[in-house]
Amino acid sequence: MANAKEMKALVFGPVFANNPIALQVLGICSALAVTTKLEKALVMGVALTLVTAFSSMFISMIRNHIPSSVRIIVQMTIIASLVIVVDQILKAYAYNVAKELSVFVGLIITNCIVMGRAEAYAMKSPPLMSFLDGIGNGLGYTVLLVIVAVIRELFGSGTLMGVEILPLISAGGWYQPMGLLLMPPSAFFIIGLFIWVLRTFRPEQQEKH
Amino acid sequence: MEHYLSLFVRAVFIDNLALSFFLGMCTFIAISKQIKTAFSLGIAVTVVLALAVPVNQIVYHKLLAPGALAWLGFPDADLSFLGFITYIGVIAALVQVLEMFLDKYVPALYNALGIFLPLITVNCAIFGGVAFMVERDYNFGESVVFGLGSGIGWTLAITLMAAVSEKLKYADMPHALRGLGSRFIMVGLMGLGFMSFSGVSL
Repeated sequence: MANAKEMKALVFGPVFANNPIALQVLGICSALAVTTKLEKALVMGVALTLVTAFSSMFISMIRNHIPSSVRIIVQMTIIASLVIVVDQILKAYAYNVAKELSVFVGLIITNCIVMGRAEAYAMKSPPLMSFLDGIGNGLGYTVLLVIVAVIRELFGSGTLMGVEILPLISAGGWYQPMGLLLMPPSAFFIIGLFIWVLRTFRPEQQEKH
Repeated sequence: MEHYLSLFVRAVFIDNLALSFFLGMCTFIAISKQIKTAFSLGIAVTVVLALAVPVNQIVYHKLLAPGALAWLGFPDADLSFLGFITYIGVIAALVQVLEMFLDKYVPALYNALGIFLPLITVNCAIFGGVAFMVERDYNFGESVVFGLGSGIGWTLAITLMAAVSEKLKYADMPHALRGLGSRFIMVGLMGLGFMSFSGVSL
């Protein structure tokens, strides 16, 4: 059994040092469309973290029994089943959020983070470590999603989690919201700038031409 | 007829899968830095979308939707919770069949698209297109038009982006912004450009 230090590195490494979205460009497809509100981003982050963690754990449990020629199908089936479970739970207990997330819960199936961790880590590691690795990568995804969502919701509509923080002019306050932040392109700008900042402080990540 | 035309234009320009829903960007940002590659990938995605959306439409309405199994004598059955796993299975099977078909009958096209076809199964654009079709409850004709239109829109978007990336190689940017960072910002600017189409009313 691995020691505590290694486990800690597995969980916290992907949050900043090796963030799956910012550095490996994985899983941005769904990342951006759900960040107009903090609540949506949090729900999406939790859903993806659970799916990644459990799919990695189950795949790792049966990794010695999967013939390598059909492994993608096996991984897909496990991931898709878990996503169905998450989707049904969301529809039952958080119907409004599920409605707003629309197709993006289903898109967790094709999210490259989930497949990527299954293929790169879970296929050759024991179940507990794979589970922690899944949690770590899920957290890395959630952190980035939350940062983008806080910027977009706070400055785009003056609220956080639906609670008014900056009183809008239209409601008698002083803040003029930036409508652009609620539109799709702003998410790209925010992630682009985030990568810029991250790479300024970590020059080893910069791309050489 | 007018309805279909308007749906097509919406799918290509206004509800562009890549630029307004961020679908299929993983593949794009990770792989393509050349117009030629981007265009081939776009064609492959268009073909698969134009097939997968109508096929899944049939599967959904004949097997999964509430009451769809009435023809088998199960009028109360509702299998729609099996949706995700079915769509991904259908997409994977379709890509496999298409690959074998092209290999046998159209080897030229197979050579051009060959390396991209397996990747397409996990391309978010395909799955996203299918999921949108179910959510918006398209009928068969609409699903054909929607699949084809969104494929063409996606191709248009990634080919244009690849063209800009090719030119950006010569730009003198801060080192930390080179590559990934600049590509995100460029996609954002393109999205902004495509948003001007949203004023088009049909």
